Amino acid sequence: MDFPKDLKYTKEHEWVREEDGSVVVGITDHAQDSLGDIVFVELPQEGAAVTKDEPFGVVESVKAVSDLYSPVTGTVTEVNDAIVDSPEAINEDPYGDAWMIRVEMGNPPEATEFLTAEEYQQYIEEEK
Amino acid sequence: MNLPGLKGNFIQQSMELKKTPLHEVHARLGARFTSFAGWQMPVKYSGEVEEHRVVRSSCGLFDISHLGQVEVSGPGALGAVQRLTTNNATALDDGQCQYTLLCNPEGGVLDDCVVYRFSFKRFLFCVNAVNTCKVFKWISENCPDNVKVEDRSASYVLLSLQGPASARVLGGLSAVEPTSIKHFRFLETTVAKVKAVVSRTGYTGEDGFELYIAPGKAERVWQALLEAGRNQRLLPCGLSARDSLRLDMAYPLYGNELGEKTTPIEAGLKNFIKLDTNFIGKEALQRQSSRGVEKKLVGFEMIDRGIARAGYRITKDGKTVGEVTSGSFSPTLRRAIALGYVEEDLSAPGTEIEVEVRQRALKALVMKTPFYIRPVSEAAV
Repeated sequence: MDFPKDLKYTKEHEWVREEDGSVVVGITDHAQDSLGDIVFVELPQEGAAVTKDEPFGVVESVKAVSDLYSPVTGTVTEVNDAIVDSPEAINEDPYGDAWMIRVEMGNPPEATEFLTAEEYQQYIEEEK
Repeated sequence: MNLPGLKGNFIQQSMELKKTPLHEVHARLGARFTSFAGWQMPVKYSGEVEEHRVVRSSCGLFDISHLGQVEVSGPGALGAVQRLTTNNATALDDGQCQYTLLCNPEGGVLDDCVVYRFSFKRFLFCVNAVNTCKVFKWISENCPDNVKVEDRSASYVLLSLQGPASARVLGGLSAVEPTSIKHFRFLETTVAKVKAVVSRTGYTGEDGFELYIAPGKAERVWQALLEAGRNQRLLPCGLSARDSLRLDMAYPLYGNELGEKTTPIEAGLKNFIKLDTNFIGKEALQRQSSRGVEKKLVGFEMIDRGIARAGYRITKDGKTVGEVTSGSFSPTLRRAIALGYVEEDLSAPGTEIEVEVRQRALKALVMKTPFYIRPVSEAAV
């Protein structure tokens, strides 16, 4: 299981990469492994407003539907359309090719709540 | 996000769930488990999509020991089976089986099952796991004194070998040539030198065989099949693939499409109801047959982007007209397909309906079923 140290994480099993006031968001290796083969993903439009801890989209495996929760409040500035056509990329490369959205943060202090790779790993251990 | 697999891997209450005799074998193969009908079952091994596709392209091996087996024997067995089931059991020869339904007096479905005729005085029902106790009780209460009813579920491990390569895989291990067993027929033979009842049946729409084996010898057969399947591209497959494969075929699943409040006529199973025979529920079904049904089970595919799931509302011009009973994304068809009940006048293929997905009405189209048609070159002899 992969937990890149240069990324931050949330308890909703998303990863974030902070870049100059915006964050790139995706789901973790642990998340894609637990979900199984992903067959469908629904992402917001560019320009959409998102709110911290509110759903911004959905990812579906063969068996189940899972909400994607936004780690920050802000505006979506970029959407990875490639994974909409090839959702299996989320299983194959969750931290690279299968990034999901970029959000310009409206409330930068929210970034202090992100977990480090160690904290996220520990969180998963405790959840078991 | 909620990760559905998470708790499944660490089932706290696992002492309450039943495990099949091959549970450790599945664990060693790296299976993920889920709880289903009171059992801890492999849901996948290598991947849900790969397992589904391998059954259509070569071969998959399933442990479906959670299904129940009820034996009905004695001089009155044939008459009892005939009276309990909607299909015509008297048309069966020794070594033949048929899909049939057990109904209550109102015509509601108690279970859908396959009944095997060993002889005129020995029959075996293979029933849904969730209904094993209910069916055993129902059959026991509705048989005369000269008929013995036994729950034989613990006597069998049930393996299902499905796919175009299944006869080739089995051929090297079974004492009889598998293709000599015709569709919906069975016989007692040996597989890997272990006694087995082998039937040409399945729930996937592919050619296949189901093997009833004594639990103590089942691992030997499982391993032998995996070994024999090595150069035929055989993979062990779990319940996810089993469910997505049957959905391609629009086969009903008890608890989704079938239940005590649905009749086999509503579920489109008229071919398995022989109204010229006498059975519990016949009068109710006869009345419904002449009156017509109010709701019908249909298959449909999504036109707008999205997946219909069990429990979603079906609407037409904003009005609720039905409900989805099963739905997913087919790894074979690469489309979102589903089954659901709709008002009878909306049941014709080509009818446009809508499915409410996350508060949006997505367009869908009623289709002819099955959704998947097996290519002719692979058809079973």
